[in-house]
Amino acid sequence: MKKLLEIKNIVIEGQTSDQWVPIVKGIDLTLKKGEVLGLIGESGAGKSTLGLASMAYTRPGCRIASGSIVFDGQELFDGSASLLRSIRGARIAYVAQSAAASFNPAHRLINQFAEGPVQHNLMNFSSAEEKAVTIYDQLLLPDPEHIGYRFPHQVSGGQLQRAMVAMAMSCQPDIIVFDEPTTALDVTTQIEVLAAIKDITRKYNTAAIYITHDLAVVAQLADRIMVLRDGQLVEENDAREILAAPKEEYTRELLSVRSFSTKGNKDKSGNKVILDIKDVTASYTGTEEVLSDINLQIRKGQTVALVGESGSGKSTLARVITGLLPQSKGSVLFKNKPLAPKLKPRSREELQRLQMIYQMPDTALNPRHTIRTIIGRPLQFYLKMNGRQREQRILELLEQIELPADYIDRYPAELSGGEKQRICIARALAAEPDLIICDEVTSALDQLVAEGILKLLLNLQQKLQVSYLFITHDLTTVKAIADEIVVMLNGRIIEQGPKKEILKPPHHEYTDLLLSSVPKMDPDWLDGLLEKRILAAAA
Amino acid sequence: MITLLSHLRTAPLSAKIGMGMVLITLIAAIFAPLIAPFGETEIAGDVWLFSSSTHFLGTDSLGRDMFSRLVYGARNTIAIAFLITFLSFVFGVTLGFVAATIGGWVDQLLSRMIDILMAFPTLIFALMVLSVVGTSIPALIIVIALLDSTRVFRLSRAVAMDIEVMEYVEAARLRGEKLWWIMRHEILPNAMPPLVAEFGLRFCFVFLFIAALSFLGLGIQPPAADWGGMVRENAGAITFGIFTPLWPAAAIAFLTVGVNLIVDWALHVASGLKD
Repeated sequence: MKKLLEIKNIVIEGQTSDQWVPIVKGIDLTLKKGEVLGLIGESGAGKSTLGLASMAYTRPGCRIASGSIVFDGQELFDGSASLLRSIRGARIAYVAQSAAASFNPAHRLINQFAEGPVQHNLMNFSSAEEKAVTIYDQLLLPDPEHIGYRFPHQVSGGQLQRAMVAMAMSCQPDIIVFDEPTTALDVTTQIEVLAAIKDITRKYNTAAIYITHDLAVVAQLADRIMVLRDGQLVEENDAREILAAPKEEYTRELLSVRSFSTKGNKDKSGNKVILDIKDVTASYTGTEEVLSDINLQIRKGQTVALVGESGSGKSTLARVITGLLPQSKGSVLFKNKPLAPKLKPRSREELQRLQMIYQMPDTALNPRHTIRTIIGRPLQFYLKMNGRQREQRILELLEQIELPADYIDRYPAELSGGEKQRICIARALAAEPDLIICDEVTSALDQLVAEGILKLLLNLQQKLQVSYLFITHDLTTVKAIADEIVVMLNGRIIEQGPKKEILKPPHHEYTDLLLSSVPKMDPDWLDGLLEKRILAAAA
Repeated sequence: MITLLSHLRTAPLSAKIGMGMVLITLIAAIFAPLIAPFGETEIAGDVWLFSSSTHFLGTDSLGRDMFSRLVYGARNTIAIAFLITFLSFVFGVTLGFVAATIGGWVDQLLSRMIDILMAFPTLIFALMVLSVVGTSIPALIIVIALLDSTRVFRLSRAVAMDIEVMEYVEAARLRGEKLWWIMRHEILPNAMPPLVAEFGLRFCFVFLFIAALSFLGLGIQPPAADWGGMVRENAGAITFGIFTPLWPAAAIAFLTVGVNLIVDWALHVASGLKD
């Protein structure tokens, strides 16, 4: 088959203060018509940069330093602006990670859909409207005739992501670059989007570059996979072969990420109850309940995983426990004493014993404080430590979270995402808590890094007998670390119990949906699953 | 300190020129008695003389040396303008942060009070208050600082509201930190860049405002030299084709442009924009 896109020895550089540093260091990439290429790697591997370079585009502050990009016989490197304009959007399209941030909130979906074809003089507005309906229908969007006349905020996240795929398809391009299109979605929604992408690229025989950090996701779509690391190619092979027999150590690590799990868990059901939530109901507006009749117990040294999709009320429950959102009914007992619903009347001792770790370490750490201040403040505040003693304790904590001692003078911006999350853990540990609420602590991290964080949390638990309330939508994480699982849907607990029982069939219908939606490292998994669901629906 | 110096070295040419201009005015202000050939209020020659070797910039309506008065005027004008800006920031930032951090009815009360103050045209309000309390320098400073702090309040409240929703502020609240600590340690360091830029701008506005008040006779009182007042005293001369009043006006323009060049750069750095 003819080569549609051929990138040769491309070097892309990014600007740091006053010099150019290579981000992509001489990679070759070829794409045939109708082929799906998976680009996989951790953040900073250069996969998005390389993906964008396929249309000779770089983000601001970057430049393509050398190499060649031949698309359909035309050289795009150093291509004229008008040549690039005629290709971008029309023949090579791009689907961004966050559709919510990429759509213009002030325009209806269909206007944004039509912009490309109309600007490229491919069709007039009314035929673009018709085309939109066809594609919306093919992407299984509900009510395809009318959904286009909604504004971006009027459709759900998964629908918006599909609307974005539709937008990329509007000019029937030869290549679509998908940049992590499902990373921000729930597992159940991810399936819909994956299925839609797979279906439509096959139907139109569109070639695609699929960028992701999740090997299991790319396994469902890609014919061929390129593994990138630090701007260099680690391994490239047929998708099935790479999954079956990875050659490089790094690829093997990526593959084994999902198999990590706790072994030989002791039964902790006899331990003392730390947190006891009784019949808690809460709402933001006073009328609509976001949490109804929540009953939950956490024991000493135990990890309780709170699972559910976005909007299920998991984070709201955390806000009730921490006192940011007083409950309207029910009570929260902490070590057998009722906690005041509001934050203010709670004693310093109560605040100290209940700590929180956030999803985004970037916003959870004050960018203008050094690590010394960040970890040192709780020591000073709760434990009245000062001077030498405090310095000593900060160093101990840094050692516990496996970071070098000289990080003490750094600012958060000088740390990587995983390191920042470790600092957040240290800040929580500094207070010597009984319970740490972990709100999606690994979902903003790369998988290998996330695994490191989970292992660290488990080690610390064994050493310090601290309990975790682990809020997550990621069932792999749950399988790895939970003692007990609580499944939430629409503000209610629909199933709870020890991990073994919850993960063992028969499940509650919703738990089953969640469990079956986690992508597996099997190229046939998605097709198989969809088939099964269609059969089930027919029956 | 070292990072500040290295920062200054990387400043663009326009900012360096601005710094030079401000530095010249500062030197003039600090070393006024050494630089000025005549005293501040000393009558040194004939009325409205043109530039000559004894009177570098000529003389004014009373025969005082223009250059000497400009140099002394720098003292009064800059010191007072700086003090006013500083005070207005102390009031404005504190109240703005309090409003943003506590929120609720405290925010409503403070914001509506500020709205009422802002509803009056500043100049008219200042004229009114100053004509009631009298035109002493402390009164001048406090009145302008209060009026100016309304603008600072608006800005710092808006900036603080953005920061207040960050998780590190929530983390501090959950730790049990008091309001002052949150404002001082969590919010202020992150609000610094826009506030610094605003400080420079406000300084210029205050400066022009004093000049305007002096021009109307309610600012710094004669015979003390200040640039705005000097323009007023000599304004009549312009009808006779004598350009003496243009000198203090030029000095006002000089400092304003200088400060703005620095502020432009500070804004640029603060907003994190790259060329």
